[in-house]
Amino acid sequence: MATDLTQSTDHIGEINKYNFRTESQAIFKARKGLDAEIVNQISDMKDEPDWMRQFRLEALEIFDSKPTPKWGGNIALDFQDIYYYLKPTDHQGKTWDDVPQEIKDTFDKLGIPEAEKKYLAGVKAQFESEVVYGSLKQELGDQGVIFTDTDTALKEHPELVKEYFGTIIPSHDNKFAALNSAVWSGGSFIYVPPGVKIDFPLQAYFRINAENMGQFERTLIIVDEGAEVHYVEGCTAPMYTTESLHSAVVEVIVKRNARCRYTTIQNWANNIYNLVTKRAVAYRDATMEWVDGNLGSHLTMKYPAVYMLEPGARGEILSIAFSSRGQHQDAGAKLVHCAPDTTGQIISKSISKNGGRSSYRGLVRVEKGAVDSKSNVVCDALILDPESRSDTYPYIEILEQDVSVGHEASVSRIGEEQMFYLTSRGLTEQEASTMIVNGFIEPLVKELPMEYAVEMNRLIQLQMEGSVG
Amino acid sequence: MTDLLKITNLHVSVEGKPILRGVNLEMKRGETHALMGPNGSGKSTLGLAIMGHPNYELTEGAIELNGQDLLAMSSDERARAGVFMAFQRPVAIPGVKMADFLRHATTNVRRPERKEGEELIPMREFRKELKAKMEHLRMDAEFARRYVNDGFSGGEMKRAEILQLAMLQPKFAILDETDSGLDADAVRLASESIAEIGRETMGLLIITHHDKLLVHNPPDFTHVMLGGRIVETGGVELAQELHSTGYDRIRKAYPEADAQNEAMLAKELQEA
Repeated sequence: MATDLTQSTDHIGEINKYNFRTESQAIFKARKGLDAEIVNQISDMKDEPDWMRQFRLEALEIFDSKPTPKWGGNIALDFQDIYYYLKPTDHQGKTWDDVPQEIKDTFDKLGIPEAEKKYLAGVKAQFESEVVYGSLKQELGDQGVIFTDTDTALKEHPELVKEYFGTIIPSHDNKFAALNSAVWSGGSFIYVPPGVKIDFPLQAYFRINAENMGQFERTLIIVDEGAEVHYVEGCTAPMYTTESLHSAVVEVIVKRNARCRYTTIQNWANNIYNLVTKRAVAYRDATMEWVDGNLGSHLTMKYPAVYMLEPGARGEILSIAFSSRGQHQDAGAKLVHCAPDTTGQIISKSISKNGGRSSYRGLVRVEKGAVDSKSNVVCDALILDPESRSDTYPYIEILEQDVSVGHEASVSRIGEEQMFYLTSRGLTEQEASTMIVNGFIEPLVKELPMEYAVEMNRLIQLQMEGSVG
Repeated sequence: MTDLLKITNLHVSVEGKPILRGVNLEMKRGETHALMGPNGSGKSTLGLAIMGHPNYELTEGAIELNGQDLLAMSSDERARAGVFMAFQRPVAIPGVKMADFLRHATTNVRRPERKEGEELIPMREFRKELKAKMEHLRMDAEFARRYVNDGFSGGEMKRAEILQLAMLQPKFAILDETDSGLDADAVRLASESIAEIGRETMGLLIITHHDKLLVHNPPDFTHVMLGGRIVETGGVELAQELHSTGYDRIRKAYPEADAQNEAMLAKELQEA
């Protein structure tokens, strides 16, 4: 019996389980392409303050001036062939009843109501460019917690937004941060006041549902001193034949003694470019954790970062990447130690199957003066067949003497002995390889909230069965 | 009708090198067979060939379970048909919990017609049974939450294999040195457990160098392997003789098989 894992799945069509679309009755759709007129139109539609309009226009210039990156993956995008703004409804639904039926149908297919029921008011969902449904637990509001979409935040809390927006990831950081800064729409805004600890995850679902429609959400999270929050986003998108672009910017500020965990399970359709910039700053004794799962997309380039700015700050990044046919996950992490006694950890697990390519690209940098800092990187890759590929690009820059930086990497193929062991106990080859893969990512999955852990295992199973392309 | 496992003129090679050279063996359910022989004689190979290890190439012969061609089945089909092997050195599966693995395996073996993705045995029912069996084997409840064979001590590995034997209740079980690497108490516990679990209801093929395991499981038949063949078969007295006087008599009686055995062992050592 050969344990060739590709044979059993190859004959099954590459069907995405989210490969459906709901007829979208968009109220306003900007023309294709990107220039100052489009950016002004977006700003007009949103009735934004002038500083934001200027911010967008400057970002557009930066975007135009920067070349498309040549490293990472192959970005074959025509930026003039993309819609940059689409507004599906003219108001936000405050309760489930207010949400249009057609959008509900889409959410139903995604299983959102279940999550909604569980977390009642904690759910925010983004449909195309605007948040159409969202509500917030009353008690959170009473505690002074703000959880809204970023457009609303800009209207209702302009000082707060202005103080932090673009300070962690300036427009000139990279081409796609500039693009997002020019055309951003939606995304989550969270402010947690000092000492407030939210003991359930805040969740958001994002979804693209229009051909050639880029999605550019902008998320800003401020966790004030001694506060705690866990934010969870999950992404799914329907399958289209032409390229789509998702390019988000996520900025997180974790103040002294505060704690933030940001969990993403990304399952974009296999024609989507997912080029995202995520960065957090952590102050004295603060902890920032990124849990980042990448299963979908055609190309993902995403390296969540933690800048540890004051002594005692901690940064932790857990990354899972799964790439199958036609996919390249260029995922990783960045830890920058800017102060003494800071601690960082990166754990990366990648799986490549059916000719998929997974890369770990990570940076650990210890700045001058950051004495007694500790950083540890562990990256494990699992390759399921000879057609698939895995690469590791670890960058380490140490400008200080008394520090401890460790790096371990392993690449393994599914062991024939493991397959034999499990099949000799009655598991089929398919079940056995799925079990081995689930075991491989278990250290990360157990960090997820229960329902996401279940979803993650289910997605892995679908990926393994080949029913998710 | 009593279940029958029948091995006829079995020849098996690994990477083109012959290991088994014509093994004949018949086992009925309810019988206990001891399989003995010096290192390199092919005892483990026989077990692995019965279980369908992909590296073991069958060049000649047949294995039948109740007249059904076992060789035409994949390993998981063999398991579902009621064949089991307790491995000498079971491999670790990091991240997979014993309980999850066992629930899946138990479901498949008890419902051989189950398709992938269909329901598993209800969690409550399964947990109850697993807990009872673990208590019986004096295993800590925590064990079910550990990853399969990951970081297990030698003794824990062997007990985990016996636990699987207890859960899967096969018709035929090959126990490959399930007593090796254990201290005296652990060997006694293992021997008693195997006797309780399988002596009456299973056909047991016990591969062992020691006699402890056989004290609680006195063999109905003892087979001696040398150079990839079963050269002698006797009763319990043959096992006793080999334990007290070793293999010298056998080696002298079958010089050709002995020479082949030495050659295979030399190759094995060379490669290791």
